Amino acid sequence: MFEIPKMPLAAWVDGLLDWLTAAIAPLTRAFAGFVRLGIDGIVNGLGALPPVVLMLIIGAIAWWIASRKVAIFSVAGLLFIWNLGLWGPTLSTIALVLVATFISILIGLPLGIFSGLSLPFNRAVTPVLDLMQTMPAFVYLIPAIPFFGLGPVAAAFATVIFSIPPSIRLTSLGIRQIDREMIEASDAFGTTTMQKLVKVQLPLALPTIMAGINQTIMLSLSMVVIAAMIGAGGLGGEVWRAIQRLRAGQGVEAGLAIVIIAMILDRITQNITVKKGEGKAKE
Amino acid sequence: MEQTQERKVKIRIENLYKVFGRNPQRAVEMLKNGKTKDEILKKSKLAVGVADASFDVYEGETVVVMGLSGSGKSTLIRCVNRLMEPTAGKIIVDDIDVTTLDQDGLRKLRRKKFGMVFQSFALFPHKTVLENVEFGLEIQGVDPEERRPKCEEALQQVGLKGWGEYYPANLSGGMKQRVGLARALAVDPDILLMDEAFSALDPLIRTDMQDELIALEERVQKTILFITHDLDEALKMGDRIVLMKDGAIVQIGTPEEILTRPADDYVSKFVENVDITKVLVASDVMKKPSPVAFVKDGPRTALRKMKEAGMSGIFVVRASNWELVGHLTAERAADAARHGDKWIDHITSADECATVPMDQPVRSIFAMVSGNPVAVVDEAGILKGVIVRGSVIAALSERGEEANV
Repeated sequence: MFEIPKMPLAAWVDGLLDWLTAAIAPLTRAFAGFVRLGIDGIVNGLGALPPVVLMLIIGAIAWWIASRKVAIFSVAGLLFIWNLGLWGPTLSTIALVLVATFISILIGLPLGIFSGLSLPFNRAVTPVLDLMQTMPAFVYLIPAIPFFGLGPVAAAFATVIFSIPPSIRLTSLGIRQIDREMIEASDAFGTTTMQKLVKVQLPLALPTIMAGINQTIMLSLSMVVIAAMIGAGGLGGEVWRAIQRLRAGQGVEAGLAIVIIAMILDRITQNITVKKGEGKAKE
Repeated sequence: MEQTQERKVKIRIENLYKVFGRNPQRAVEMLKNGKTKDEILKKSKLAVGVADASFDVYEGETVVVMGLSGSGKSTLIRCVNRLMEPTAGKIIVDDIDVTTLDQDGLRKLRRKKFGMVFQSFALFPHKTVLENVEFGLEIQGVDPEERRPKCEEALQQVGLKGWGEYYPANLSGGMKQRVGLARALAVDPDILLMDEAFSALDPLIRTDMQDELIALEERVQKTILFITHDLDEALKMGDRIVLMKDGAIVQIGTPEEILTRPADDYVSKFVENVDITKVLVASDVMKKPSPVAFVKDGPRTALRKMKEAGMSGIFVVRASNWELVGHLTAERAADAARHGDKWIDHITSADECATVPMDQPVRSIFAMVSGNPVAVVDEAGILKGVIVRGSVIAALSERGEEANV
């Protein structure tokens, strides 16, 4: 019997990572700069407002986009979080989610559009997306550290990787599932590729694209919590601290705050979709 | 038919083939060697959409391409503006070979020449009715101020004035297709491509839309290529009908030619169920109007003519131009003769005389011919023919038999 030596997969990955870290250093620095700028800007900007004013603004947005019920729930939920003394961590969590989502959309939307228009690209990108979504979320934390060190930037990186697939997938799907006759109608009138995309395909795919963005936001939030392990801070940080010190009460408080934020974000972004999809008469 | 030959050819389709699958040229060769669609599908996994289709569409003409689903009619219409790429053959629109155009040329051609109407309307749900109608001009870069009035007018043409601000979701099926039609008309195309445009509508609205399209066609004089699976619709709409089966053209002809001289069993089976009275018009079943009495004839002359022909009444016309004056019964002529009248004009009754125009459908004449014969007159009132009950039935049975051969 011979012994088959173990494949040095771990060593290969390590080697690849070392090489990558050096090779893409300018890129990682740019990413880090952008993320820090975004997070600091949002945290400082929102932090400068009195909590009550911010709550009312969020409530107003919820009312405008969703409904009065969502608005009331949002304000009440935020008041509750503020009362628990978790306002600061909440702001940094929201900031991280917003920045990560922004980057995900920035990268995911064009990739999704391209994948929606090109079948070969779609075939190539689908297994990669499958891999990204089935890989345990924690795994993304590891490469984030050599690239960015501990902290919010590494957390944002891991979050983007984890949350980008739905943006790509659903944008692609939205474009792909448009009724064939719509595309034919557009072509028959002599649209250019760009006109067809902007005037027909994107507007028709919008509800699906928005569903993808909604999912990306929700995944971002869940990843931001996990990323507390590599120093993301925020509400996830509170949970992580509670775990380490076995403080169940604190854990529940921070956990509840996360649930409330998740529900507010979800209801608001979900309703952007519904509003646009309605065919109401302009009076 | 001589009339149409003089007209300008708007669309010429020459030996058009469309085959779906890899290396479709193989199937074209096989088709040319006489293989059938099914044999090719079995052998090469290639699906034949259109096989060797050739026909012309003249300017201002409505040609209906008719066939069951899978006959290739939708594929054919899509090849005309190259929504589908033809595998072989030529399509010439106004001396331009569509099949050789590059993307830019194709786009220009589509913008200028074609308006297309779709079976499931294909309206853009995110745009208002007016924005939908404006689409064609919008993508051509026409200013809103310039295109708006044109599109309002197009909406008015299809009877949807004032609906511009609504969204398609608020409209019924018939109204949606009116919008589809307005959208196609707004760019003022030479050619309307109508792909089963009325098939999704319920029967009453469908009939309305057909009538309106026919009326519209008279006003705007477009060349129309109309696709349908419904023979009644084809007979009603088409100046000529192209009948397709399995991708190939089975017969091309006027509605009457299709009905009365079906090219093969397939066509005759198709037309078997058609109510022939829908298509035949007065001029198809009328007899030569002889004998007639002239206004200057005396009652005795009129009576003699009736007696010779074995008729109980006679039509009276002016001798100069055969303008119909009225109808004279034998009874009244006999009365006049007894009184010694010299003329018959004062006893000729215009009231008792039923007249129909040349293009009156036979169906609506049936009820009229129960009593006196019916006179067929042209626009100027000139007597062109006579319809008696017997001639209607004879014409029907004769044509019916022919159609069943």
